[in-house]
Amino acid sequence: MRQAFDEMSSTNGHVRPAYETLKQWLSTVPQDVLDHRRKEAEYIFRRIGITFAVYGEQNAQERLIPFDIVPRILTKDEWGRLSKGLEQRVKALNMYIRDVYSKREVLKAGVVPEDLVYKNPAFRPEMNGQRVPHDLYVHIAGIDIVRTDPDTFYVLEDNARTPSGVSYMLENREIMLRLFPELFSMHKVAPVENYADDLLATLRSLSPHGGHEPNVVILTPGIYNSAYYEHSFLADKLGVDLVEGRDLFVKDGIVFMRTTEGPKRVDVIYRRLDDDFLDPLAFRPDSVLGVPGLMSAYQAGNVTLTNAVGTGVADDKAVYSYMPEIIRFYLGEEPLLPNVPTWRCREADHLKYVLEHLPELVVKEVHGSGGYGMLVGPAADKAQIEKFREKLIADPGNFIAQPTLALSTCPTLVEQGIAPRHVDLRPFILSGSDKVRIVPGGLTRVAMKEGSLVVNSSQGGGTKDTWVLDA
Amino acid sequence: MLSRTADNLYWLSRYVERADCLARILDVSQRLAYTPVTYGGSTNEWGSAVLTAGVSDLFTERYGPLEEAKEEQVVSFLAFEAENPSSIRNCFEVARTNARSVRTALTSEMWEVINTAWIELRNFPNRALTRDELSRFLAFVKETSLRFDGATFRTMLRNDAYWFSRCGAQLERSDNTARILDVKYHVLLPEKEHVGGPLDYFQWASILRSVSALTAFHWVYRDSVKPWLVADLLILNRQMPRSLAACYDNLARNLDDIASAYGRQGPSQRLARSMLARLTNRNIEDIFQTGLHEFISGFISDNNKLGAEIKEQYLT
Repeated sequence: MRQAFDEMSSTNGHVRPAYETLKQWLSTVPQDVLDHRRKEAEYIFRRIGITFAVYGEQNAQERLIPFDIVPRILTKDEWGRLSKGLEQRVKALNMYIRDVYSKREVLKAGVVPEDLVYKNPAFRPEMNGQRVPHDLYVHIAGIDIVRTDPDTFYVLEDNARTPSGVSYMLENREIMLRLFPELFSMHKVAPVENYADDLLATLRSLSPHGGHEPNVVILTPGIYNSAYYEHSFLADKLGVDLVEGRDLFVKDGIVFMRTTEGPKRVDVIYRRLDDDFLDPLAFRPDSVLGVPGLMSAYQAGNVTLTNAVGTGVADDKAVYSYMPEIIRFYLGEEPLLPNVPTWRCREADHLKYVLEHLPELVVKEVHGSGGYGMLVGPAADKAQIEKFREKLIADPGNFIAQPTLALSTCPTLVEQGIAPRHVDLRPFILSGSDKVRIVPGGLTRVAMKEGSLVVNSSQGGGTKDTWVLDA
Repeated sequence: MLSRTADNLYWLSRYVERADCLARILDVSQRLAYTPVTYGGSTNEWGSAVLTAGVSDLFTERYGPLEEAKEEQVVSFLAFEAENPSSIRNCFEVARTNARSVRTALTSEMWEVINTAWIELRNFPNRALTRDELSRFLAFVKETSLRFDGATFRTMLRNDAYWFSRCGAQLERSDNTARILDVKYHVLLPEKEHVGGPLDYFQWASILRSVSALTAFHWVYRDSVKPWLVADLLILNRQMPRSLAACYDNLARNLDDIASAYGRQGPSQRLARSMLARLTNRNIEDIFQTGLHEFISGFISDNNKLGAEIKEQYLT
């Protein structure tokens, strides 16, 4: 693997212009001051209760995601390119899902193989021929971006179900403003705090009917969910009710919530609950988190669910590999953001190549997430590779492979001082009936371990504040 | 607002209030247990602490008869044990769980009090505490409830969320005061022992102390401690924030605030008003004549009934 591109010092040690002031500043601040501020940030996070849960970990019910105080900086130009590409990508995603559940032209044209739709566990036959309000499915998308050199940003993954992390984007900024006001006075950083207003405007624009002011709620699985903090954080910022399944009921095809003043009609549900759990009458009958009858109210067009039911059909890693063709098919445009080259192990020649090059590839499960169940070839030993080879041969359709990218690094405060660590970026794209909204930046995730490429919080990854410079 | 949110706020406040009351009971029991018997100290103070806390069945199941209750057992049971759903530790656990579920309805100041207390609770060792550690612990509990009340009072919008939260605190508080009276009523009866003797003085004083009213007593009555005045202060005197009358003053008002915001009166408003009337048009002699014990046990059961009405009307 070649040396990674560092976003501050490039590959040749020349400080890139956007980072000059930060670099200067870092060199004047003693290490112990930085350490102290980092501890302060951690204390604030813990006191506010910004925690997440890791499933299957005992005694660790609530953990902090490590927060790195060195910001990651993007220029206005870089962001301009990114945001155009993101908007294009989400537009295509929406058109693809609409097509999959209606005319299926994309299948007829042979752009995407049929079984990727019909055999996809996230495909929802209930949505066949079902119109959704404003023909939008993915209202809130999180598109993961990685970078390998000054000019190349790749899309690594599309998250079209219930992407999380936006609360960290917002809280990271708040904490940075509190801890380093002097740094902000030296930079023109585009604000992100309008995300809550943007999200509310987006959700309101999706109401299934005009007229009265829509009642928007956020549906959470409850306090034991790993992202519960985010759910309550968003409800608070939006000023809407945070409901659990048991707070809602359906009568005559209308969704109501139980309030101290009696039942109140609900128009838009930003659900942070997977399809499977939404309605025990339609999906998993053992779900106690959902609302019986919700699907029938949805199908009757009396309530909007964001994201729509069945969007998972567009965000697994096999469909991902077709996204460039999908964009060309619906929009007649070249993709502005390239995909990472991807081998589909379902295809014999691809599989052959992958099996021959396992030590240099990253192999992922098509439906995996959170960094689980993947092989990072260069970091694995022989035994691990052989074990993975068996899994791969047993069920090739379940895997894709990608080259091990030299993800860009950013300066990060670690025990030994400031050192480069690999990062990615998750911007959040809001699609309303009126327009697409993207706040500048997103969540930067950072692999805190030296050399590690895994940024997932469940695997010890941390986060950074992401700055888009306004000038 | 969501019924579940109202329910969580109501119980959050109840549990904080309950923890505070338990801390006071432990404080007073400790003090009485160290007082020589000739000065009104008694050997089964620890048993009556369990009674007052209303968890005697659970306790006897675990440790045997109340009369033989030992200090370490009672302290551990009332303060820390997970098996006792009303232990102080559990109160804080439940309070925080409730607070997490309704974070959006709390101000950040209220949340931080609860969350910080929950984090600090972990700093107290999970073994029998030394006396020093225990008194530090009890001070921490009382401080937490003061900070929570202060945060509520100073930062919450005066709307239904605030009123439900106050209703929970007041209902719990009146229940606690009534249970202290229920367990100790016999020392307040005039026919027992010679009135005003040294033996009783310490018992009466300890009752007052358990609702932090010893100093207040002297300011209100400008008299030495007398049993009927103790009863008057705790039951009928509205100046005294933990008296039954003061609690119902607040309860009736908060429930009326809710009713007028929602434009509808219901059974809980009617019951609260009738209970307030019962505490208003009385003097303490009347109550002694009809029977102090009967009065108190009647109150406790009506107070529970009000809790059930509030639940039925708003919280489900």
